[in-house]
Amino acid sequence: MAGTVRKLAAGAVLLAAAGGAAFWFLTAPDRIPEADIAALGAGDVARGERMFYAGGCTSCHTAPKADPAAPVQLTGGLELKTPFGNFVVPNISQHPTDGIGAWSLSDFANAMQRGVSPDGRHYYPAFPYASYARMKLADVADLYAYLKTQPAVAGRAPDHQLGFPFNIRRGLGLWKLLHLSPEPVLALAGASEQAKAGQYLVEGPGHCGECHSPRDLSGGIKKSEWLAGAVAAEGDGVVPNITPESSSIGQWSQSDIAEFLKSGFTPDFDSAGGAMAAVVKNTGRLSDDDRAAIAAYLKAVPGRPNGFPAKK
Amino acid sequence: MKSLILSLAIAATAFSVASADPIADRKAIMKERGGLVGQLAPMVKGEQPFDAAKVAEVFTALEANAAKFDIPALFPENSKEGDTTASPKIWEDMAGFKAAADKFSADVAAASAAKPQDLDALKASFGTVAGNCASCHEAFRVKKG
Repeated sequence: MAGTVRKLAAGAVLLAAAGGAAFWFLTAPDRIPEADIAALGAGDVARGERMFYAGGCTSCHTAPKADPAAPVQLTGGLELKTPFGNFVVPNISQHPTDGIGAWSLSDFANAMQRGVSPDGRHYYPAFPYASYARMKLADVADLYAYLKTQPAVAGRAPDHQLGFPFNIRRGLGLWKLLHLSPEPVLALAGASEQAKAGQYLVEGPGHCGECHSPRDLSGGIKKSEWLAGAVAAEGDGVVPNITPESSSIGQWSQSDIAEFLKSGFTPDFDSAGGAMAAVVKNTGRLSDDDRAAIAAYLKAVPGRPNGFPAKK
Repeated sequence: MKSLILSLAIAATAFSVASADPIADRKAIMKERGGLVGQLAPMVKGEQPFDAAKVAEVFTALEANAAKFDIPALFPENSKEGDTTASPKIWEDMAGFKAAADKFSADVAAASAAKPQDLDALKASFGTVAGNCASCHEAFRVKKG
């Protein structure tokens, strides 16, 4: 009897070890091949600025309550209160220790596209690298060059406050196996060149789907309900449906959508509210061509019923 | 005499909060406000010729619209729920909400007093006034499905 127990216990330990080894193997942070990074030229600051505003970096990475008229300071500190816990947005200014001033292009590209920190830890996907993974590596290099022109600002944001099991970063390796891919979300066969240009901006740097699509239980985007709107993952209320079946945007023309992204005004002169107000401050800095492309894509995506419950 | 003043004061207060349907009333004011902004936007965008008289008329109408924004009457405690996109933050930060409304009123009054005489002057006034839409909606409005 004692022998059986001992055997069982030994078996359990072996199984756990095997499971642990498999977990460790499957969850290992994955990096971009160094040769791909080395093949990139020096990034272009002007093109990087376009990526900076397409990505809306300031929406999350400027300090809460920063003076909108003051020069941008990427100090972080905004708290995102989600069902998984509270995420605190980090400092991405050029400060060498508090920010990302000491990062190489490889460090930056791996953070943006693989969700891996310079010291090899997984980032939480509250940082929308699952979208940035669809960016061209050259655009990431341009963005890196632009960020290099930004001021260094001291100040470290506090740590995230997350409960178990979400506080185990290693587990994010499994999440990435499920949800991290550089492939476009939609196939969009036969779409115009303009719509395809918009697809890149929306699905990649713009990361619109991160808020405008519902998520499954594992926290991944439901691609079958892409851009259908969602209960807000952070804060109150819902994020609107932006597919052609939306009761609001679905009725807008392409130029109506472009104008909204420029000025924040809807066709009946309501104005963007909530988190979208900050987004428009960024899209307002893009070119008319880029806004028209985003609008063309939003007219080309499949219509979906609302991805959030009807109002009680 | 004192009691008369007191009862008048009470009556005035009662009048201020006696809105049968505050959600509908405040939505009507915001709708009108958007419509007025929409009358200026085509000029700002260069789709319509600049018209100083029309601009003055719209800013005067916006002043009247802002004056109707009686927060105690339009945002009573019992109007948080219903067919509304008002954020709970309005009631959590009533002082901040009132300050935002006062800033809009002040910016509209200044635009009206400035009487823009050319497109550049209009763009400056319009930009200041319209900036209130985004900042106030960012803090105090939420979509609810």
